[in-house]
Amino acid sequence: MDNKEKQLLVTAISMILILGCYALYVYNNYIAENLAIINDTRFWAKAFLILIPVTIASQIVIHIVFAIINKIVTNEDIPTLSDERDKLIDLKAIRISHWIFTMGFLLSMVSQVMGMQLWVMFIILIASGFIAAFVAEITKFYLYRKGF
Amino acid sequence: MTQQELADQTGVTRQTIVAIENGKYSPTLELAFRITRVFNVPLEEVFSFNIEIEEKNTK
Repeated sequence: MDNKEKQLLVTAISMILILGCYALYVYNNYIAENLAIINDTRFWAKAFLILIPVTIASQIVIHIVFAIINKIVTNEDIPTLSDERDKLIDLKAIRISHWIFTMGFLLSMVSQVMGMQLWVMFIILIASGFIAAFVAEITKFYLYRKGF
Repeated sequence: MTQQELADQTGVTRQTIVAIENGKYSPTLELAFRITRVFNVPLEEVFSFNIEIEEKNTK
Protein backbone atom coordinates (compact mmCIF):
# COMPACT_ATOMS: atom_id res chain seq x y z
CA MET A 1 0.00 0.00 0.00
CA ASP A 2 1.52 3.32 -1.04
CA ASN A 3 1.38 6.59 0.88
CA LYS A 4 -1.56 7.96 -1.09
CA GLU A 5 -3.67 4.89 -0.30
CA LYS A 6 -2.71 5.06 3.37
CA GLN A 7 -3.65 8.75 3.42
CA LEU A 8 -7.08 7.97 1.94
CA LEU A 9 -7.72 5.27 4.53
CA VAL A 10 -6.69 7.65 7.32
CA THR A 11 -9.10 10.27 5.95
CA ALA A 12 -11.97 7.77 5.70
CA ILE A 13 -11.43 6.38 9.21
CA SER A 14 -10.95 9.85 10.72
CA MET A 15 -14.20 11.01 9.11
CA ILE A 16 -16.08 8.25 10.94
CA LEU A 17 -14.34 9.08 14.23
CA ILE A 18 -14.85 12.85 13.97
CA LEU A 19 -18.55 12.62 13.10
CA GLY A 20 -19.08 9.88 15.69
CA CYS A 21 -17.44 11.92 18.47
CA TYR A 22 -19.23 15.10 17.42
CA ALA A 23 -22.64 13.33 17.29
CA LEU A 24 -22.00 11.83 20.72
CA TYR A 25 -21.00 15.24 22.13
CA VAL A 26 -24.09 16.96 20.69
CA TYR A 27 -26.37 14.18 21.92
CA ASN A 28 -24.99 14.15 25.46
CA ASN A 29 -24.82 17.91 25.88
CA TYR A 30 -27.94 19.09 24.07
CA ILE A 31 -30.38 16.38 22.94
CA ALA A 32 -30.25 14.22 26.07
CA GLU A 33 -31.07 17.25 28.24
CA ASN A 34 -33.87 18.58 26.07
CA LEU A 35 -35.35 16.26 23.45
CA ALA A 36 -37.60 19.00 22.04
CA ILE A 37 -34.50 20.77 20.70
CA ILE A 38 -34.34 18.34 17.74
CA ASN A 39 -37.17 20.24 16.04
CA ASP A 40 -35.48 23.62 16.52
CA THR A 41 -33.94 24.91 13.27
CA ARG A 42 -31.47 27.14 15.19
CA PHE A 43 -30.05 24.07 16.92
CA TRP A 44 -29.47 22.28 13.61
CA ALA A 45 -28.02 25.40 11.99
CA LYS A 46 -25.54 25.74 14.87
CA ALA A 47 -24.74 22.02 14.75
CA PHE A 48 -23.98 22.26 11.00
CA LEU A 49 -21.94 25.45 11.27
CA ILE A 50 -19.80 24.12 14.14
CA LEU A 51 -19.33 20.70 12.51
CA ILE A 52 -17.59 22.20 9.44
CA PRO A 53 -14.63 23.95 11.22
CA VAL A 54 -14.37 21.08 13.73
CA THR A 55 -14.02 18.59 10.86
CA ILE A 56 -11.49 20.73 8.97
CA ALA A 57 -9.33 21.39 12.06
CA SER A 58 -9.45 17.74 13.16
CA GLN A 59 -8.55 16.49 9.67
CA ILE A 60 -5.56 18.87 9.52
CA VAL A 61 -4.29 17.69 12.91
CA ILE A 62 -4.83 14.00 12.03
CA HIS A 63 -2.99 14.39 8.71
CA ILE A 64 -0.05 16.18 10.34
CA VAL A 65 0.21 13.40 12.93
CA PHE A 66 -0.10 10.77 10.17
CA ALA A 67 2.62 12.45 8.08
CA ILE A 68 4.98 12.55 11.08
CA ILE A 69 4.34 8.90 12.03
CA ASN A 70 4.64 7.81 8.38
CA LYS A 71 7.96 9.65 8.04
CA ILE A 72 9.32 8.00 11.19
CA VAL A 73 8.18 4.49 10.19
CA THR A 74 8.82 4.44 6.42
CA ASN A 75 11.18 7.45 6.01
CA GLU A 76 9.01 8.58 3.06
CA ASP A 77 7.30 11.93 2.55
CA ILE A 78 3.61 12.21 1.69
CA PRO A 79 3.41 13.33 -1.97
CA THR A 80 2.11 16.90 -2.24
CA LEU A 81 2.16 16.94 -6.06
CA SER A 82 -1.20 16.27 -7.73
CA ASP A 83 -0.72 15.00 -11.28
CA GLU A 84 -3.14 14.10 -14.09
CA ARG A 85 -3.96 10.68 -12.62
CA ASP A 86 -4.72 12.17 -9.20
CA LYS A 87 -6.99 14.80 -10.78
CA LEU A 88 -8.81 12.19 -12.86
CA ILE A 89 -9.38 10.00 -9.79
CA ASP A 90 -10.59 13.07 -7.85
CA LEU A 91 -13.07 13.89 -10.61
CA LYS A 92 -14.45 10.34 -10.73
CA ALA A 93 -14.85 10.29 -6.94
CA ILE A 94 -16.46 13.75 -6.83
CA ARG A 95 -18.96 12.75 -9.52
CA ILE A 96 -20.12 9.79 -7.43
CA SER A 97 -20.24 11.81 -4.19
CA HIS A 98 -22.29 14.58 -5.85
CA TRP A 99 -24.86 12.02 -6.98
CA ILE A 100 -25.12 10.57 -3.48
CA PHE A 101 -25.54 13.99 -1.89
CA THR A 102 -28.11 15.04 -4.50
CA MET A 103 -30.12 11.87 -3.78
CA GLY A 104 -29.88 12.58 -0.04
CA PHE A 105 -31.00 16.17 -0.56
CA LEU A 106 -34.02 15.03 -2.60
CA LEU A 107 -34.84 12.38 0.01
CA SER A 108 -34.72 15.03 2.75
CA MET A 109 -37.20 17.14 0.77
CA VAL A 110 -39.43 14.09 0.28
CA SER A 111 -39.42 13.56 4.06
CA GLN A 112 -40.91 17.05 4.51
CA VAL A 113 -43.46 16.57 1.74
CA MET A 114 -44.57 13.39 3.50
CA GLY A 115 -45.07 15.38 6.70
CA MET A 116 -42.23 13.88 8.72
CA GLN A 117 -40.67 15.87 11.57
CA LEU A 118 -38.00 18.49 10.91
CA TRP A 119 -35.19 16.51 12.51
CA VAL A 120 -35.65 13.74 9.92
CA MET A 121 -34.71 16.17 7.15
CA PHE A 122 -31.58 17.34 8.99
CA ILE A 123 -30.51 13.81 9.85
CA ILE A 124 -30.88 12.79 6.18
CA LEU A 125 -28.87 15.86 5.10
CA ILE A 126 -26.03 15.13 7.54
CA ALA A 127 -26.07 11.41 6.70
CA SER A 128 -26.03 12.00 2.94
CA GLY A 129 -23.22 14.55 3.28
CA PHE A 130 -21.21 12.12 5.36
CA ILE A 131 -21.89 9.10 3.10
CA ALA A 132 -21.05 11.17 0.00
CA ALA A 133 -17.69 12.25 1.45
CA PHE A 134 -16.92 8.77 2.76
CA VAL A 135 -17.77 7.07 -0.54
CA ALA A 136 -15.57 9.63 -2.36
CA GLU A 137 -12.56 8.55 -0.26
CA ILE A 138 -13.33 4.86 -0.72
CA THR A 139 -13.79 5.36 -4.48
CA LYS A 140 -10.39 7.06 -4.69
CA PHE A 141 -8.82 4.23 -2.70
CA TYR A 142 -10.44 1.64 -5.01
CA LEU A 143 -9.30 3.46 -8.17
CA TYR A 144 -5.73 3.85 -6.90
CA ARG A 145 -5.64 0.11 -6.10
CA LYS A 146 -7.44 -1.29 -9.14
CA GLY A 147 -6.38 1.24 -11.75
CA PHE A 148 -8.53 2.40 -14.65
CA MET B 1 16.91 5.42 -14.73
CA THR B 2 14.75 5.02 -11.62
CA GLN B 3 10.98 5.45 -11.53
CA GLN B 4 11.45 8.52 -9.32
CA GLU B 5 13.85 10.12 -11.83
CA LEU B 6 11.41 9.52 -14.69
CA ALA B 7 8.57 10.89 -12.55
CA ASP B 8 10.59 14.03 -11.72
CA GLN B 9 11.48 14.62 -15.37
CA THR B 10 7.88 14.20 -16.57
CA GLY B 11 6.22 16.11 -13.73
CA VAL B 12 4.15 13.28 -12.25
CA THR B 13 4.35 11.18 -9.10
CA ARG B 14 6.28 7.93 -8.89
CA GLN B 15 2.96 6.15 -8.24
CA THR B 16 1.70 7.26 -11.65
CA ILE B 17 4.80 5.84 -13.36
CA VAL B 18 4.28 2.56 -11.43
CA ALA B 19 0.60 2.49 -12.49
CA ILE B 20 1.55 3.02 -16.16
CA GLU B 21 4.16 0.24 -15.99
CA ASN B 22 1.64 -2.15 -14.43
CA GLY B 23 -1.01 -1.31 -17.02
CA LYS B 24 -3.28 0.21 -14.38
CA TYR B 25 -3.35 3.66 -15.96
CA SER B 26 -3.38 4.90 -19.54
CA PRO B 27 -1.51 8.22 -19.64
CA THR B 28 -2.75 11.23 -21.54
CA LEU B 29 -1.15 11.89 -24.91
CA GLU B 30 0.77 14.80 -23.38
CA LEU B 31 2.34 12.63 -20.68
CA ALA B 32 3.06 9.86 -23.19
CA PHE B 33 4.99 12.35 -25.35
CA ARG B 34 6.84 13.71 -22.30
CA ILE B 35 7.93 10.16 -21.38
CA THR B 36 9.15 9.41 -24.90
CA ARG B 37 11.01 12.73 -24.98
CA VAL B 38 12.92 11.70 -21.83
CA PHE B 39 14.04 8.49 -23.55
CA ASN B 40 14.43 10.25 -26.91
CA VAL B 41 12.59 7.51 -28.78
CA PRO B 42 9.40 7.40 -30.90
CA LEU B 43 6.04 6.99 -29.14
CA GLU B 44 5.36 3.50 -30.51
CA GLU B 45 8.64 2.25 -29.06
CA VAL B 46 7.41 2.93 -25.50
CA PHE B 47 3.64 2.52 -25.82
CA SER B 48 1.44 0.08 -27.70
CA PHE B 49 -2.31 -0.19 -27.98
CA ASN B 50 -4.14 -3.49 -28.30
CA ILE B 51 -7.80 -2.76 -28.98
CA GLU B 52 -8.94 -6.32 -28.13
CA ILE B 53 -7.30 -6.24 -24.69
CA GLU B 54 -8.66 -2.73 -24.02
CA GLU B 55 -12.20 -3.81 -24.95
CA LYS B 56 -11.90 -6.88 -22.70
CA ASN B 57 -10.72 -4.68 -19.79
CA THR B 58 -13.57 -2.20 -20.14
CA LYS B 59 -16.29 -4.92 -20.19
